[in-house]
Amino acid sequence: MVTLAAERPAAASSGIPAAASHIAGARLDVREVDHGFVLNGEDLPVLEDVSFSVASGEFVALLGPSGCGKSTLLRLVAGLDQPRHGDLVVDGEAVAGPDPSRVVVFQDPTLYPWRTVWRNASLGLEARGLLKQQRHRVDEALTLVGLDRFAHVYPHQLSGGMAQRASLARALVNDPKLLILDEPLGKLDSLTRLAMQSELTRLWQARGFTVLMVTHDVEEALLLSNRVIVFSDRPARLRADLAVDLPYPRHRDHPELLRLRREILGLLGMAADW
Amino acid sequence: MTSIAEAGPRRLRVAGLDEPLPRPALLLAAAGLAWLAVGALVLSWPDGQELERTQLLGALALAFGAVQLAAYAGGWLLARLAKLGRFAPWLLVLAAWLAGWEIVTAKLDLLPLPFFPSPQAFVEVYTDDWQRLGSSLLASLLLLFRGFAIGAVVGFTVGVALGWSKRAGYWIHPLMRLVGPLPATAWLPLAFFIFPTSAAASTFLIALATAFPLTVLTWSGVAGVQSAYYDVARTLGASSRFLVLKVAIPAALPHVFVGLFMGLGSSFAVLVVAEMLGVKAGLGWYLQWAQGWAAYANMYGALLVMALMCSALITLLFRVRDRLLAWQKGLVQW
Repeated sequence: MVTLAAERPAAASSGIPAAASHIAGARLDVREVDHGFVLNGEDLPVLEDVSFSVASGEFVALLGPSGCGKSTLLRLVAGLDQPRHGDLVVDGEAVAGPDPSRVVVFQDPTLYPWRTVWRNASLGLEARGLLKQQRHRVDEALTLVGLDRFAHVYPHQLSGGMAQRASLARALVNDPKLLILDEPLGKLDSLTRLAMQSELTRLWQARGFTVLMVTHDVEEALLLSNRVIVFSDRPARLRADLAVDLPYPRHRDHPELLRLRREILGLLGMAADW
Repeated sequence: MTSIAEAGPRRLRVAGLDEPLPRPALLLAAAGLAWLAVGALVLSWPDGQELERTQLLGALALAFGAVQLAAYAGGWLLARLAKLGRFAPWLLVLAAWLAGWEIVTAKLDLLPLPFFPSPQAFVEVYTDDWQRLGSSLLASLLLLFRGFAIGAVVGFTVGVALGWSKRAGYWIHPLMRLVGPLPATAWLPLAFFIFPTSAAASTFLIALATAFPLTVLTWSGVAGVQSAYYDVARTLGASSRFLVLKVAIPAALPHVFVGLFMGLGSSFAVLVVAEMLGVKAGLGWYLQWAQGWAAYANMYGALLVMALMCSALITLLFRVRDRLLAWQKGLVQW
């Protein structure tokens, strides 16, 4: 995995503004995490003995049956909830609460409808009192996701793909070391989705952050990530941890990719003739 | 969300699209002629009642008719004037109504006095008593403003506290459930007894009437904010102060304006009752005073001023809302 950094094109050659500094991605260790909810008086275990590590700069996709607890795991990594048991450690420090170095992009863009795109993107800087000195970073992030011309538009005037790009810009402004993606492309139409997939790869290669992404789309996981972690049905346990050792940009017809796809679909309980 | 905040699609403004060259409505010219006719009728037909302002009323009607004709003529040159044509049906109906009113009162003396004054008597209220009416209007506005401002600040603050803090909810909620639904006017006898001046008592009552609906709606607005909005801000490093001021309150603002609208409505009711029963100034007092003298023309005159005042205040509130909530789709036009 260490070799990955060398494979990436330098930021300058891919047309990314030089100010988008290459930062070291965070290392994540998930150790023996158990979690659950009480639903209508009944205990509902969601995660069971989940342990894995993500190296700095890695792109890891989490796959699993619907409702198995992947999103819960992301909330724990983000620090929005605390696990019942086990530790989540980022760069050697236990996750105690949300932190702007670990930003989440949710399935819904959840832009604030009362703010323009620009003011939505500047939310993190404003919350931390950095907006005055770092206004240019908002402009840069919007340029990066191709929304600079829509900076002063309200969210209800945006298409679904543009709204999701705005929410990506809102995350990137904070220079996250760990980008947590909760099915960020799940609700987009297939063409927008393809465009956003290559954009995500480009951003990740340019910026060097670590990515943890939940998705339902096996092909998407294989196109984007270095590693695919497959979970079992609820309570979620690790079923498999597969390396995807292919150069970018990847082609969806690559034989190795097709082989992995069959293997993962088999793990998810789909018949082999799929 | 509640109906006032977001109902129906925004009215489409297509005027001017289907008519490339503005042509003034012929109906506007007809309305102008109708008003000229009303003026002629007022001036030429001898009064059946004893009245002083017949000349003025006739002159006003003639002038108004002339203005409409001028607007019609100007409409051939200016698109903005041509648009006035949309008022023409109303202007025609008003002319007919004024003529009928004039005939059955001033000219034929068919309706009993003093209950049904003539248009002249109505005009006379404003020409002869404008000072008292004006000072009454000012007194009402001042009282309303003080009470509404206090009620709005208190209602908003309490509403945010109820929506945000569990502990505030524990203490305030039972009190509000008990006292809130009580009509503010029920406090009237007690308030005039407790407060040193009737003005202070009325201010308190108006504030109370404003605060309750605003509290409930602000509260429901803050409590109903999507938790995802908070999650987003929290992962970006927001403090709880930021969550209240920059997330909860803006998200609740549509509800807050519904509350302000309702509070303003009930504050009007309390204003009039308080002025009728205790305060020695204001339009409510003027109504009471006019009734004492059986001056029904003055009552109608004061009612019209009051209606204009209330409508103007509501319009002002909606203008402020339109500005602050420009991001919202489908605002109701007032």
